[in-house]
Amino acid sequence: MTAEHMPSATPSAEQMRLIKRLTEAVAISGNEGAVRAIVREQVEPYVDELRVDTLGNLLIRCKGRSSNGVRVMLAAHMDEVGLMVTGAADDGTLRCKPVGWVDAAQFLGKPVWIGRHRLPGVVGAPPTPGSAAGASANPAETMQIRIDIGAMSKEEAAGKVRLGEQVVFATELTRLGPMMRAKALDDRLGIAILIEIVQCPPAEIDLLAAFTVQEEIGLRGAEVAAHRMEPDLAIAIDCAPARDLPTRDGEENTRYSTRLGGGPAVYVADRLTICDPRIVRLLTETAEQQGIPYQLRQPGEGGTDAGAIHLSRAGVPSVSVSVPTRYTHSPASYASIADWRATVRLLHAAVRRLGSSLLEDSPWQH
Amino acid sequence: MHTEMRPFLKELVTLPDLPSHGQPVRDRIRREWEPLVNEIRISRLGNLHGVKYGSGPSPRCQVLVVTHLDAPRMLVSEIAEGFLRLQGTGGLDPRVLVGLPVVVHGHRDLLGTIVAGPDLGLSPARKGTPPRANLLVDVGLPSAQVTRYVRSGDMISLALAPVDLGEDRLACQSLSSRACIVALTVCLVELQERHHLWDIAAVVTTHEGERYGAAPTSAYVLQPDVAIALGAADDQVPATSEGQGLTLGNGPANGWGPSIHPGIHREIQRAAEREGLQLEDEIMPLDSRTVVERLQTVGDGIPTGAMNIPLRYLGTSVEVVALSDIRRTGRVLASLVSGLKPDFREALSWDCADDS
Repeated sequence: MTAEHMPSATPSAEQMRLIKRLTEAVAISGNEGAVRAIVREQVEPYVDELRVDTLGNLLIRCKGRSSNGVRVMLAAHMDEVGLMVTGAADDGTLRCKPVGWVDAAQFLGKPVWIGRHRLPGVVGAPPTPGSAAGASANPAETMQIRIDIGAMSKEEAAGKVRLGEQVVFATELTRLGPMMRAKALDDRLGIAILIEIVQCPPAEIDLLAAFTVQEEIGLRGAEVAAHRMEPDLAIAIDCAPARDLPTRDGEENTRYSTRLGGGPAVYVADRLTICDPRIVRLLTETAEQQGIPYQLRQPGEGGTDAGAIHLSRAGVPSVSVSVPTRYTHSPASYASIADWRATVRLLHAAVRRLGSSLLEDSPWQH
Repeated sequence: MHTEMRPFLKELVTLPDLPSHGQPVRDRIRREWEPLVNEIRISRLGNLHGVKYGSGPSPRCQVLVVTHLDAPRMLVSEIAEGFLRLQGTGGLDPRVLVGLPVVVHGHRDLLGTIVAGPDLGLSPARKGTPPRANLLVDVGLPSAQVTRYVRSGDMISLALAPVDLGEDRLACQSLSSRACIVALTVCLVELQERHHLWDIAAVVTTHEGERYGAAPTSAYVLQPDVAIALGAADDQVPATSEGQGLTLGNGPANGWGPSIHPGIHREIQRAAEREGLQLEDEIMPLDSRTVVERLQTVGDGIPTGAMNIPLRYLGTSVEVVALSDIRRTGRVLASLVSGLKPDFREALSWDCADDS
């Protein structure tokens, strides 16, 4: 590993532009084409093998120098949560249903983009007498989410938007001091990080980069990607929820999950995966050696592509490394630019320390 | 108007309503109106008065057309670990708040987002509108910087960009007030070409969000012979005699109720007919959703009328308006003003509704 290759701690203008393009692309689960096109354009010159598999995963191999190098899978998912248009109502508004784990109430009062070409629409909130009194009730359960595209009739709406079209929050990336605010930072940040790793691959290992599909609706892409790639070990690159906000009663917030600005979040366990302690140790030791800040994600709810990958075939020792992100699955998620860069740096350094010897010890002896 | 209607409206909805910051939106309206009126001034409470003289002999009668410039605005109540707690919802529907972009007007304008406190996770069992006490604004800065730039009491305004919905419609925050201001501007532009005997006082008031806004103070100063309140009504709230909401693209509506002088109602109807329009009647048994109730009792009482522009999703961050409704409203107002005869006020009788 050479120091001159270490990715920069501050992003270049080109890297910021890529994050903007990625987060503003419209690609809900099952419709990842817009992101796949950007990834392909970014990585094609750097890879030995590239294929799009049956489900739409973009799978890449950067061969290592030795023929029996350890096979390391890095996975990041291309899809985001959103809505799907299920019909048009008589008044010209569009009916829709959530795709992925998104609270449909988040769409109330927000502008949306419909389809890959970003037809503008808004989700109104029709008057409900006494809605202030019932403010704690879930409005999504009591009302239909309807998208207004300015159509005057069912026919006009149907002529503009086809059934099954995808809908996402209409949010452009904005820089807020040391933070970025955007939709779909989960997991376009992971995608950007994986692109950067592929553009400067480690020499000693077989790098298997999986840009996966349908993570948000059950880790479906990762499952078949891992089966085909047959990795020896895997790292999922994702966004970890950060709930590092003050509590209502002023008590200390002990359930913050991760904190923005604390560096990449290394997972020990989440709802789906017990992470392989050997890889966890390698990551934390690398961070300490390189002087890169990191944090351990508080074990708890949620999961990443590692949840599917670690159960593939005979089992794959796996871990997740995530960029802490506030308000995931909302119109405006926040991530720290420093955390993003530290995550690239940590992964860049860690994959250069991976070797087959890592897996020789039993993970459970320590 | 020197500015096209759509860009002018878009500019107005993106300018905040900030009494503490010299009212950038009022300044913008003043600039647009200056060439259109003979007198322009700011009242003691900050209302904008533009008076265009009629050609009748002095002393001339005057019709007051009044609307307001309020936009949703909240206040910083407390700073907690670099996050801002909110005072009030600025009149916004609480269901839409989480996830909205805002500007915090501190020592420096800071971009931020309204977010829900940490005990609202992704868990479906707990989802829904968060209790108001748990709303925060995240400006993305370290705590020390936040306290340097922001103090409690600073104002917060919404920062959504307007969205064009097809040819005729626009969605944004603050349209309920700003659409009326544009309609009033269209009226002043139309009157450059139309002969009118009466003076028209075009007034944009402040403090409408407070229960008793500042409109009566303008009526007190101007002492109009007739007053028209201009507002907006949600198209999905029953308002017409058929129990339907107003129809977007078919507006404005002509108010009818105890606050409306029947003679003014009829005059508005005639003005619309001269423009080839048929206005829907909006039935206002109690609340007109305009300031008309406050205007009718000023001084010895003022004969009043009310016109509401239909609006969808009123009180949310994505109010939708039809530009054609704004244009029609401006034209009906101009027709009304130019149709007023010198003796109209004297001839006005509460019993004229039975005349026809």
